[in-house]
Amino acid sequence: MSILVDQNTRVLMQGITGSAGSFHAGQMLDYGTKLVAGVTPGKGGTKFRESVPIFDTVADAVKATSANVSVVFVPPPFAGDAILEAADAGVPLVIVITEGIPVMDMVKVKRALQGRPVRLVGPNCPGVITPGAKCKIGIMPGHIHRPGRIGVVSRSGTLTYEAVFQVTQLGLGQSTAVGIGGDPVNGTDFVDCLKLFNADPETDAVIMIGEIGGSAEETAAQYIGKEFRKPIAGFIAGVSAPPGKRMGHAGAIIAGGKGTAAEKIRAMEAAGVLMAPSPAELGTTLQAALQRGRTR
Amino acid sequence: MKIHEYQGKELFRKYGVPTPRGVLATTPEEAEKAAVSLGTPVVVVKAQIHAGGRGKGGGVKLAKSPAEARQLASQILGMMLKTHQTGPEGQKVNKVYVEEGLPIEREFYLGMTLDRATSRLSLMASSEGGVEIEEVAAKHPEKILLESIDPVVGLADYQSRKLAFGLGLKGDSIGKFVAFARALYRCYVETDASLVEVNPLVLLEDGSVAALDAKLNFDDNALYRHKELVGYRDVAEEDPIEAQAKEFDLAYISLDGNIGCMVNGAGLAMATMDTIKLVGGQPANFLDVGGGATKEKVTEAFKLILGARAVKAVLINIFGGIMKCDVIAEGVVAAAREVKLSVPLVVRLEGTNVEQGKEILRHSGLPIIPADNLRQAAEKAVAAARGEKVS
Repeated sequence: MSILVDQNTRVLMQGITGSAGSFHAGQMLDYGTKLVAGVTPGKGGTKFRESVPIFDTVADAVKATSANVSVVFVPPPFAGDAILEAADAGVPLVIVITEGIPVMDMVKVKRALQGRPVRLVGPNCPGVITPGAKCKIGIMPGHIHRPGRIGVVSRSGTLTYEAVFQVTQLGLGQSTAVGIGGDPVNGTDFVDCLKLFNADPETDAVIMIGEIGGSAEETAAQYIGKEFRKPIAGFIAGVSAPPGKRMGHAGAIIAGGKGTAAEKIRAMEAAGVLMAPSPAELGTTLQAALQRGRTR
Repeated sequence: MKIHEYQGKELFRKYGVPTPRGVLATTPEEAEKAAVSLGTPVVVVKAQIHAGGRGKGGGVKLAKSPAEARQLASQILGMMLKTHQTGPEGQKVNKVYVEEGLPIEREFYLGMTLDRATSRLSLMASSEGGVEIEEVAAKHPEKILLESIDPVVGLADYQSRKLAFGLGLKGDSIGKFVAFARALYRCYVETDASLVEVNPLVLLEDGSVAALDAKLNFDDNALYRHKELVGYRDVAEEDPIEAQAKEFDLAYISLDGNIGCMVNGAGLAMATMDTIKLVGGQPANFLDVGGGATKEKVTEAFKLILGARAVKAVLINIFGGIMKCDVIAEGVVAAAREVKLSVPLVVRLEGTNVEQGKEILRHSGLPIIPADNLRQAAEKAVAAARGEKVS
């Protein structure tokens, strides 16, 4: 068990013939991911690495291969359209790696997905990995992961790797690691992931990594305080970020005095999250949280 | 991307958002001519810089004659205007906007931006115009009226009417406000804005409404489809190092400290800055070299960091995922040689091919200080910046 993806996951990649897409398609295959199809309009009928069939449309790909997850590597101007196509073809989980999609495109896409049986992860995220099922969907380095019972959820890419690596070094491993992305408009949020981890019998504890901007961490803290039953460690990046400056991620900005790290840390601590004092202590803080346990 | 008030008003006019008449001037003579051509008894001379709070800083003045407009423009042009958004040294004023004075009855605030909690745009209005809206939001949240906009329908007139009534508008002014909001929404959506603020929006004695100020920010990710906006960029308003970083597609933000940072990934870059602060230092910048940084990009990033005069030590923190540590190490060594590194350099590498990477650094003959983890790296960089001997 795990969340979002497992051994029954069959992946199709939109944008498989692009440079980023084809590189990561290779990495995913090498890791053991069941990558069953690619989609690039106009390249239907060809193959990737002589083994993965490429289709013109997502609908064709799903019909021929029963793919049940799409990972999107389509360039930003066309990524919104690609998400809609995947949803329309009935793909239940769409993971969007693409960075730099215009916000207004995502506002429309998110509205269009409302009420439909599709889950969006991302955009601008490293993806989702379940090491125990050899299922890596995205751009994270596979070799730092180990099968295990720790859930990881994060808004940041490389900081997720840092957390995963420290967990692995301690001899623990990950049930599933999810990057939810650093954009202001995204799909699956912290609360969605925490609910799934809470219900997953093979996840013992969770590391949650947030950053400045927005209020997703405060909302997550409310949920954790009320319903989350497992030990949880946390970290917020951006304690030292000045207001009004966008820290790389489109979503990472303190605006109008809102979205500061201090507020988020306060909310998470109040909800019973054990906060790591520095990113060098993500793993050890998790260990402490495990020892402390949770009695909620 | 940010633009000037006069550029924002140019866009407003294009979309039918009512705006006072105004003329741009770069010399006192031009300002005088502008005042003559406007022909109103009073004109307003307004400094054009990107930062807000210009009025409080002395950058907005009333002139009762063209001669006075000229005299005020000569004071404002060339001044280092300090506001709460500029930083202590201020921003140099290169242009003034000379605008007709209008008979103002009341002042309001009107703004539009993304509400991240709902993933929709929201239109905000307040009867407390002309003041800091953040202050109003903190002290009197009940004075801010909000309407959330469904992207399928767009801003509906009834929503604008609700705001108009909420602001206490009456008679013809209600219809005028609705038309104003409709035009503002079109302007936002069609230009891929990320923020539009009209503060103040004014009600005039004749019952009409007008945008006395115009603040517009745009979504950088959407600029590729707005060639018409690209000309609005004013490099003189940007931090020179940040502008240079943009050319190389590097995310760089100047900060006040003395430890230069180079990190891959925005979250890890912030976390690195935080760790430096935690152990008693001050970061000189935020710099994300991105996930797929090449040797060339690393070299450019290095030059940017060392271009900041305050830098007393450099900390490189790379978690090699797809990006391999040996490639980064080669880039660092090449760059350090090319720029003739003169400050201590602390490097922490982790992830893919880390052993090869460390090997390259060890055999480079450069005085690179290695670190095994993030905290140690930060401690060594802070000590080195203080002039202590570190190895």
